[in-house]
Order: sequence, then C-alpha cells, then structure tokens
Amino acid sequence: MAEIQTLILYCSLFVSLFFEVFLLITYLEVREELNLEEQHLGKNITRFPTVTIIVPCFNEENTVDNTIRSLLNLDYPKEKLSIIAVDDGSTDETRYHLARFESHPQISILSKKNGGKHTALNLALEQVQSDLVGCLDADSFVNPDALKKIVLFFDDVNTMAVTPSIKVFEPQSVLQYVQKIEYSWGIFLRRMLSSLGALYVTPGPFSIFRTRVFRELGGYREAHHTEDLEMALRLQKNHYKIVNAHSAHVYTSAPIKFPALYKQRVRWTYGFLNNAIDYKEMFFNKKYGNIGLFILPIATSSIFSTLYIAGRAVLNNLTSAFNTLVKFQTVGFTWKSPTFDWFFINTGIVSFLTWSATLLILIILYLSIKLADGKFKFTRGIFYYLIIYIFIVPIWLTKAVYSTIFRKQINWK
Amino acid sequence: MIDSKKYIVALTITAVIFGTAIFLSNTIGQKKLEDVRAIENRVALDILSSETQFALLEETSCRDIGPGFLSKELGSIGEKLTYAENQTEFNAGDLEYLKRSYFLLEIKDYLLMKRLTEKCGIKPTFILYFYSTQETCEDCQKTGYVLTALRDKYPDLRVYSFDYHFDVGAIKTLVSIYKVKSDLPALIINGLAYYGFHSVEDLEKTVPAIKELARRAKALEKSATSTSTID
Repeated sequence: MAEIQTLILYCSLFVSLFFEVFLLITYLEVREELNLEEQHLGKNITRFPTVTIIVPCFNEENTVDNTIRSLLNLDYPKEKLSIIAVDDGSTDETRYHLARFESHPQISILSKKNGGKHTALNLALEQVQSDLVGCLDADSFVNPDALKKIVLFFDDVNTMAVTPSIKVFEPQSVLQYVQKIEYSWGIFLRRMLSSLGALYVTPGPFSIFRTRVFRELGGYREAHHTEDLEMALRLQKNHYKIVNAHSAHVYTSAPIKFPALYKQRVRWTYGFLNNAIDYKEMFFNKKYGNIGLFILPIATSSIFSTLYIAGRAVLNNLTSAFNTLVKFQTVGFTWKSPTFDWFFINTGIVSFLTWSATLLILIILYLSIKLADGKFKFTRGIFYYLIIYIFIVPIWLTKAVYSTIFRKQINWK
Repeated sequence: MIDSKKYIVALTITAVIFGTAIFLSNTIGQKKLEDVRAIENRVALDILSSETQFALLEETSCRDIGPGFLSKELGSIGEKLTYAENQTEFNAGDLEYLKRSYFLLEIKDYLLMKRLTEKCGIKPTFILYFYSTQETCEDCQKTGYVLTALRDKYPDLRVYSFDYHFDVGAIKTLVSIYKVKSDLPALIINGLAYYGFHSVEDLEKTVPAIKELARRAKALEKSATSTSTID
C-alpha cells in the first residue's frame, strides 16, 4: 500500500514538473512575440469589422450600469458597435437600470423569463447581423482599447474566437487580492495555451467570435452551468482556432467572501469535469493536437493530484497533531531549547522534487505578474496568495469531484 | 500541429530534475549515515578508552574516575536512527547495520556502567528498555516520551533501548538473562521488569532507583536555592 502511495506521489510530482517545464519552454518560445504584441497591437487599424456585444443580466443591479458604460466608452467606431442587453428574468432592479439605456442608438434591450445564461445569449444571437459577436458578463468592465486589440486577431481568416485577459476589478478583501494574483496566473496560462492552440475556455467576459461560428456550430448550451467552457471545447473539437489577446484587458468583480467564491469555483470545476466527460473522445487523441494529447488530460489529472497531495498533507498534519497530543497527555508540556542539526532536515527525494516544483511555480508566478501588470512588484496580494490559496483550493475541488462522481446537481449562484 | 521536439525537451528536463533529486537525496542520505557511523566510531573509541582506564584503575580509587567517563553521544545516535527509520532517503541495509552497531555499543556501555556500579558502589541509574517496531505497540510510543522526559529531567540516568525483535544475538542474550517477556514495552530497572505503560510520576513513585534520582535532584535544587538566598 505504501509503495502504491509513493508511486502516485512520484507520478503527480513528475506530471506537475513536466507541465511547469513545458509552460516555461513555451514562454521562452513566444516571449519575443509577446513584446511585439505589447508594442504594436491595437495601433494603426484600418479595418473595423462590425461587432455586437451581448450583455446577459440576471440580478446585476449593482454592476450592469458600469458594464454598459464601459462598452459605450470603447475606442471603436460607434456605427460598427452595437450592444444587446438581455434581462434574463431578474427579480431585482436590473430591468430599471437597463431601461435607462433604451433610447441609446447603439443599445437594444431584450427581456425574457429566467432560463439561464445560455438562453439569454441564444435569444440575442438570433438578432445578430454583425461580423463578430461577443459577450460581456454584467459584472465585468472593459478597457477602452480592448476591442481594438482583439479585432486585429481576426485578420487571420482562420481565427474563429479571441479571448481577452481578465483582471480583478479593484480588489478590497483579502480573498479578492488572492484572486487578483490567481487571475494573473490565468493570464499567463491562457497566453501559453493560445500558442499551443489549446485554449479550453472562451470566458464570459468579452470573448469575441466570428458570428458564423454560431450559425455553423449552433448556439450556447446549458453545459453544466459552464457554457463558455463547452463552447470552447466545441470549437476545438471542430478545429476552429481560438487565440488569446493578452493585452486586451477586461475587469471582473471577483467574489468578496468565501461562500461566493466557493460556489463559483465549485461550478467552474464541476463544469470542467462534466464537459471533459462529454468531450472525452478528445482525450489523448492526436487529431486534436496539444489540447487533446496533453492539456485536457493534464488539467483533469491536476484536479485529482492536487486532491491527493492535499489529502496526504492533511493526513500527515493530523498524525503529527495526534502524536503531539499523545505526548502532551503522556508527559505534559516539555520545552527544549531548539538546536540546529542538519541531520534532521528532510532531504528525501520527495522533498527535493517539491522544492523544484515550488521554485518553478514561483518563476511562473513572477512571469505571470510581469505579463499581467507590465512589471513585477511584491504586493500583499502575492503574500496572501502564497499563504492562503493552497489551503482553499482543495475545498472546492473536493466538492466538485464529489458532485461529479455522485451526480449531484450544483447551483448557478 | 504537435511539436514533438518540445515534448521531448520538456520530458528530458523533467527527467534531469528527477534524476538530480534522486542523486542529491541519495548522496546526502549516505553522508548522514556516514555521520552516524562516525559517531558510532567515536562512541566505540570512548568505550574502549573507558574500559582501558577502568582496567588501569582497577586497583586504585573510584575518585580517579572523572565525569566524562561514559560516552555522552549514545543518545544522539539513538535519536538519529529513530529519525532515519521514518525517512525514505536512507539505504535500508546501511541503516540496519548502523542499528546493529548501536545496540552492541549500548550493551557494551551498559556492561561498563554495571562494572562501575559494582566497583564504586554507585546506585544504579540505568534502564533497559525493550520496544518493538514489528507489531502494533501503542504504549511503546508513550513509553518513549516518558523515558525521554526522564532523561531530560535526570541527566545522570542512562537509558538503553533495544528493539526486542531485532536479530542481534546479544539482545537475545539480554532478553534471556532478564527473562523479558514479549509483553512490550518492558523496562528493566535494577533487575526488576516493569511491563506496560508507566507514567513519569508512576516511575518516580514506585521505582527505587528513580525515586533516589528524584530525591537527589530535589536536594540539589534545595541547596541551590539556599545558596542563592545566602548570596
């Protein structure tokens, strides 16, 4: 039994290290390209395709105004940009907030009974006539230059969808700071996956598609409450190219407190696992390139290896705490002045591998923050991230895996 | 579409990291065991030196036997071997060899201690502790804590611990001399066997040798307090 556990641990560490090395090699390959993108993207555009942005809203009274205003402030020809806001049966004041924009020439407002985000998007898609169409969640805001930076990628006729970089909007709570760093990770990861042709999410905040994608592949599906993930997998399955415009920034309101974050992440992980099951034929299939052969399998296995390593850590700490308790019960509290002896430093293979993996993670974290913010600065967010993140991730992973295995439904909000 | 060269490069780098980790861990593990071996050699030399000194002084007074007569490093070997047993980086064969040497050194030290006791009329302050790693012995862990606490409390106390099931002839002889049953943990104090768990307080109350140590420690404390009051 101990041998099997050790084998699982070694395999998990090997896969993690391999993935980190793979990402860093990819970064070295594309860093010149990244610099060029930073300098030239969005400048000297001559062709402006027509674009429709759909804003699905369900109880978004606090944020929808700013979301729509940010779209109206986009640095893009007004006649080429239209907005469709869909009230998906909100029970709060959302409809009144939307009504204020009713007379705006660029905006159309639709209302329907609540049916889920995918139904709101599909209703709007029926009316879209533009070259490109995108979605912006009603809790997100765009940078004025984001659309210009994105449309340039459609000069490549093979590009079917472009995803932006998502950042956390004005973090206030400790958890929001943690998410800010996590989103920087996401920015780095998405850019690397883009180079590998392996993006598996076209996020709700401001992913832009060629309109014909929906005519050819159909509209959004319920897809286990993660329609953006399913859409990306559907595109990949049909060999439609998805790229990432890392310098096109979109800001999203991240959950402030743990219960909201927990629900959101359970939904994301649950959605990933269940969509992965729905698209299982892509796994280890060379026909789908890097995404099938490597990225989907590793993204799935990383959920289980994280849980395994976290479980082991919890068990080790519990054993250690139990031994301390037994010692305390046996001889009471004993204090010995600590002495340093290098003999007692853990120099096992697992220890060296864990340090190597941690070092690579820190390098990637450094590159991620540099890519997201333009420069690296040690902030309190990094501090919070390093001490909190590893303890909270296993909580939602456990719930998502549990719900998947036992086919329990999860809630949207 | 798939850049297989990149996969091969990433695989090679990962394999190199893995190989380096294995190499470093093994090298450092060996170095640690060499350190234990060096301590064992020092202890063996200490014992030889003490035995020689003892033989030379056979006809003379016990006063000539100084405080550093018995090796102080046996305890540290024990701690290191216990730690090493729970780690994976050490070569099992080497570790077993070092354990064997350790048990033999303990027995030699014990015999020397016994001779010293007989010759100089010192009250015995040593415990033979038999534990087991083979079977579940819940009380062995607790007894280990008690003995460590006693040793910390009374630095003159010498504890010799033996793995009951370890295949060393001398341990088997000790077991048969003291008729130690397999009902572990077992403590042999002054020729008397105590089985099962005993707390520090129990031992201080019921075992004459430990009682005597406690009395001496108290007296020492009292005299130290009165000296500081006079000062």
